[in-house]
Amino acid sequence: MSKNQLSGAQILLKALNDQGVDVIFGYPGGAVLPIYDELFKQNKIKHILVRQEGGAVHAAEGYARSTGKVGVVLVTSGPGATNAVTGLLDAMMDSIPLVCICGQVPTHLIGNDAFQEADTTGITRPCTKHNYLAKDIDILARQIHEAFLVAKSGRPGPVVIDLPKDVMMAQGDYISSAKVIHKSYRPQIKGDISKIEEAVKVIAGAKKPIIYAGGGVINSGPQASQLLNQLVQMTDFPCTLTLMGLGALPASDKHFLGMLGMHGTYEANMAMHDCDVMLCVGARFDDRVTGRTDAFSPNSTKIHIDIDPSSINKTINVDIGIVGDVGHVLEDMIKVWKSGQNRCDEKSIKSWWKTINKWRERKSLSYDKDATVIKPQYAIERLYELSKKHNEVYITTEVGQHQMWAAQHFHFEHPNRWMTSGGLGTMGYGLPAAIGVQLAHPKALVVDIAGEASILMNMQEMSTLVQHNLPVKVFILNNECMGMVKQWQELLHGGRCAESYMQALPDFVKLAEAYGGVGLRATKKEQLDSVIGEMIASDRPVIADIAVDPKENCFPMIPSGAAHNEILFSAADKLGAEVSEDGMVMV
Amino acid sequence: MVTQIADIENAHTMCVLVDNEPGVLARVIGLFAGRGYNIESLTVAEVNIVDNLSRINIVTSGTPMVIEQIKAQLERLVPVHRVSDLTVEGPHVKREVALVKVHSSGEKRVESLRIADIFRARTVDSTNVSFVFEIVGDTGKLDAFINLMVPLGLIDVSRTGVAAIARGVTVLEHE
Ligand SMILES: Cc1cc2nc3c(=O)[nH]c(=O)nc-3n(C[C@H](O)[C@H](O)[C@H](O)COP(=O)(O)OP(=O)(O)OC[C@H]3O[C@@H](n4cnc5c(N)ncnc54)[C@H](O)[C@@H]3O)c2cc1C
Ligand SMILES: Cc1ncc(C[n+]2csc(CCOP(=O)(O)OP(=O)(O)O)c2C)c(N)n1
Repeated sequence: MSKNQLSGAQILLKALNDQGVDVIFGYPGGAVLPIYDELFKQNKIKHILVRQEGGAVHAAEGYARSTGKVGVVLVTSGPGATNAVTGLLDAMMDSIPLVCICGQVPTHLIGNDAFQEADTTGITRPCTKHNYLAKDIDILARQIHEAFLVAKSGRPGPVVIDLPKDVMMAQGDYISSAKVIHKSYRPQIKGDISKIEEAVKVIAGAKKPIIYAGGGVINSGPQASQLLNQLVQMTDFPCTLTLMGLGALPASDKHFLGMLGMHGTYEANMAMHDCDVMLCVGARFDDRVTGRTDAFSPNSTKIHIDIDPSSINKTINVDIGIVGDVGHVLEDMIKVWKSGQNRCDEKSIKSWWKTINKWRERKSLSYDKDATVIKPQYAIERLYELSKKHNEVYITTEVGQHQMWAAQHFHFEHPNRWMTSGGLGTMGYGLPAAIGVQLAHPKALVVDIAGEASILMNMQEMSTLVQHNLPVKVFILNNECMGMVKQWQELLHGGRCAESYMQALPDFVKLAEAYGGVGLRATKKEQLDSVIGEMIASDRPVIADIAVDPKENCFPMIPSGAAHNEILFSAADKLGAEVSEDGMVMV
Repeated sequence: MVTQIADIENAHTMCVLVDNEPGVLARVIGLFAGRGYNIESLTVAEVNIVDNLSRINIVTSGTPMVIEQIKAQLERLVPVHRVSDLTVEGPHVKREVALVKVHSSGEKRVESLRIADIFRARTVDSTNVSFVFEIVGDTGKLDAFINLMVPLGLIDVSRTGVAAIARGVTVLEHE
């Protein structure tokens, strides 16, 4: 054994240092004790002890999404790894870069149904971008560096390293990250310039264009958001964003039409439906966005920029598919545009804006502002107004109606400020995600906009907040029901609200206090501002339980399987026809 | 405006160059199973010992949109170096091997030998009551041979699945 050799656990920590990791989220157990022992002996990397492994993964997601860095998770074998699975798939669906290190039973016991053994690489194969069973100490350092490379390059995603305990304890050589290049993985970053030129021609000829941008702009980095903004100003084109893309263009920009899709604005969906040129930038034509695919934007020429070739022509056929990174492609696109002295068809664009402004007048996000009860939309609006003076505000959400209201009524001026579970729709995401965000941005105001059902899914993480002095604010829109489920039951199942009521809810104020946080409650409209004010002013973790109108539903809504121009605006709107079977099977 | 591409399903032969590492075949098969794509045949073997690369040949079927997805999804797998859709990319040769066992006597036994001769199948095992024939060819030829053997006492078949390669100097390269 040469003198410079290190144990597997030491190699791991050295590699994490090398990768610039400053915090990891984890939970110990027998199969990872050698790593915890090394963590104990150092103080460069901060370990955040969560209360359930699922929380660790969401916390790492929040950290990653709000910083653009890779989030790191450490869990033990067997139940530790299986508890992490939901979070891994969540990160996969939303393209979040993570490295998750799982302990594993020693190599010689693998396959023996050993204590706390799970086939972790088998279980996580379809819910990770890639995974490794690190059986060989000699290539461990390389594998860890590769894992970071894979997680953050191309379309980002989660990578699992399943690390047997004997490998943690074996001795081997370290190699630095600078020496590692991947054998096969070469995502395409620069777009094909001839396609970009073709796209610019189409854009210049557009009469009724729309830019439909998504999470890929956020993934590409803040520079991509600036370029998107530049493109929008240069062309005067309207722009809509997906749930995952919010913040990519400032919400206050006059070209912003709001979110599109199932709960998007009337103007965004109508413009998508009627446009003649659609420029899709880092979005993936999700079924929440397209509705019925055969009726989706039937008369448009479609251009799609995406770093993942499998996103192009997956659900919607496009005319020009440009594989590459949003930032690089937009940069080239703007260059080509300027060098060709392209100009838009100003007259047509003007009249297109006239049409759009008519749709805008429909004010599809309006609600009853004079109601005496607290409307959930009003609560979000007040939260938005009262948090404005804070110069750094980050919002996470759980899943349900409150999530959609947050998307509609909280406005984002910058990328990376909005953390939500879009693709998987994981209830219980918001609270742990907020932990990661607050750690990365200690001075920021971090609010988890929650529903009373979702928050109970990872409530235990309140304890993590208190332990680590993280002043996250949990803002519960308490409608005493699983609102989103109830809304669908009312719409599609004759109002038979099977099991969608939350009985025996805890007293959230007492619960907050029991954890060592602050509990607040607003039941009347006039209490709302002071509760929000007190919540924001507190330097401790807070749960604010806001009793909102339990009858309110989330509109506008395009029922699943319907077309973009078949929108419901309020509870008074009935479905035009019976929802087709094709629509009923959609989720 | 994309004109609707026909929903016609066609068989495609794809060759995939991968790192020969544990789990790589599981990734490929898992992708097909998880996304509901067909696998009509699949072969895999190491083809480059120096760089430790294996080649997987897959025959699959689907509409043009599905085939494009399959290719893109395969390319997305981290240990995959290159994917080539031979059916789209040009002329190619496809071969598979079958071992065909017949159990018969008398005239049927003689007839099976005669047909084996016509198909240039080799007899690789024989007992008083049985033969094992080895036949090489494209899938159609093997199907025809096996069909002819059914009435002549066919009792067992083992097929390798398709190995395929482009004609001419085109190669499935990695960087
Ligand atoms: C209850 C509920 C309701 C919902 N309702 C809506 C709704 O009304 N409207 C809505 O929009 N969504 C809604 N969603 C979210 C929806 O399910 C999808 O998650 C979302 O639409 C996907 O956003 P996206 O298309 O921006 O893609 P993302 O999932 O963010 O994917 C990003 C795309 O960009 C690509 N990409 C990544 N990095 C780069 C890069 N550097 N360069 C280029 N491309 C890159 C990726 O390959 C991918 O194709 C809802 C979710 C829930 C839970
Ligand atoms: C883990 C998980 N289980 C089930 C669902 C299905 N689901 C979607 S929204 C929802 C109800 C959410 O209720 P709540 O958190 O109170 O939010 P609200 O819709 O009332 O705002 C459920 C059960 C889910 N998204 N995630």
